[in-house]
Amino acid sequence: MPARGRPTSPHLGIYRWQIGNSLSILHRLTGVALALGLLALCYWLVALAGGEQFYAPAAKLFASPLGLFALVGWTFAFLYHLLNGVRHLFWDAGYGFERAQRHVSGWFAVVGSIALTLSVWGLIWAGHRS
Amino acid sequence: MSLQSPLGRVLGLGSAKEGTGHWWAQRVSAVALIPLTLWFMFSLLSLPALDYATVRAWLSFPMSGFLGVLLVAVSTYHSYLGTTEVIEDYVHSAGMKVLSLLLLRFVHVLVGGAGIFAIMRVAFGS
Repeated sequence: MPARGRPTSPHLGIYRWQIGNSLSILHRLTGVALALGLLALCYWLVALAGGEQFYAPAAKLFASPLGLFALVGWTFAFLYHLLNGVRHLFWDAGYGFERAQRHVSGWFAVVGSIALTLSVWGLIWAGHRS
Repeated sequence: MSLQSPLGRVLGLGSAKEGTGHWWAQRVSAVALIPLTLWFMFSLLSLPALDYATVRAWLSFPMSGFLGVLLVAVSTYHSYLGTTEVIEDYVHSAGMKVLSLLLLRFVHVLVGGAGIFAIMRVAFGS
């Protein structure tokens, strides 16, 4: 780049944090987390194909406190990335750019993904107890 | 004064001729992943347990194996596109960028390939 003091964007140091950029950053973070989740999914599949002696330690790992924490995190990451991704697809199609629409859809993605994560793990917990 | 011609100065600085390819592929794979990931989540939730015998029986169904292969393939592709974008945004030195992009590509093919091969082993019972 030529040293001509050109303006750089978006000036993160002075950028006022708001829902729009926070959710955008969260979308990328959950995406990276899901890339690691894909690694875990494929490990689980390889263990399943390998037979019971490989599946048992994998199942034990996922049922450990750290494993459960990661699974709950991946559930949230997936559901948020899904809902916010649909939001992005609507934008790509040219809809939902008004300020009020952006805020409502953004909060819908956040509240929706948290509620759905709790529902999914509530179902698992209820099924485990019965 | 530079002896370089105006054309010589701009060659290699312009469009990479890839246009919207990356962007579009990301959107198409995203749309494909909506039904595939939801199918996977609801399938696992509907299983009575996630022990070896139950999961193996479920994945042995032709439709589970087929959709499972599609899920791993499209997820791997979508993940590759997304993480590539992250590296391109944050890794600035040319050498590290090429190295990490190459590594990312190898890891994705390796992980996706292993996942698909595993599903096929279960599906074909080997």
